[in-house]
Amino acid sequence: MVRGVDDVFKALADHTRRTILDELANRNGQTQFEICARLMTNHGLGSSRQAISQHLEVLENAGLVETRREGRYKFHYINTAPLEPIVQRWLSRPVKDDAAPGAVSIQGEGDRNENQPDERAR
Amino acid sequence: MRINLTSVLVDDQEKALHFYTEVLGFVKKFDVPMGGEDRWLTVVSPEDPDGTELLLEPSGHPAAAPFKEALVADGIPFTSFAVDDVPAEYERLSGLGVRFTQPPAEMGPVTTAVLDDTCGNLIQITQYTG
Repeated sequence: MVRGVDDVFKALADHTRRTILDELANRNGQTQFEICARLMTNHGLGSSRQAISQHLEVLENAGLVETRREGRYKFHYINTAPLEPIVQRWLSRPVKDDAAPGAVSIQGEGDRNENQPDERAR
Repeated sequence: MRINLTSVLVDDQEKALHFYTEVLGFVKKFDVPMGGEDRWLTVVSPEDPDGTELLLEPSGHPAAAPFKEALVADGIPFTSFAVDDVPAEYERLSGLGVRFTQPPAEMGPVTTAVLDDTCGNLIQITQYTG
């Protein structure tokens, strides 16, 4: 599933949401109740259940969290796939150390996978 | 004023009696016919037979089912019981086929786990670890 890279960055630009991902990385497949309890007891994040529910929705829309129903229960899982393009975009490319600032154009490689309007095309 | 009774809303009282006594290990205290199929059915802890009773209350009211389903979907336990050793209870109960929605986890000063009572509720077990 292709997500807007903006959604991923927006989802990550919040301490509580990053902490939710930390806790899901510690133990994958948690109910909303367990996530709330862990945020409260392990991190002192006493957000309301409704607020956590909204945070989970943002993470889900960015593709970073997936929910699966098992019978009457609903579990949340971390999905790191949307982070891969971020790693590939900068970390997996050789950095041209000899390039002086502004001397080399990267020719728009970075944004080609974003499903956002390309402003430079205007 | 004292708290002598608390209750869980169970889908099926006979099934609940089995689960709360044979599986969890409580003992039956009162079982009184209340008209129709309903019974005044309570259990107590064998460690505290004169202590707080748990009423296994019929959940026939139309509001009960959607309420219980919404709690279960979000993993919210209806009530909580104290145990000496959550991981040991988790092992024992898992061996008896009990479904846990949350395995033992340290939550600040307590260790908790959450199980399905087979009668439409999630139940938390808790151990104070300091």
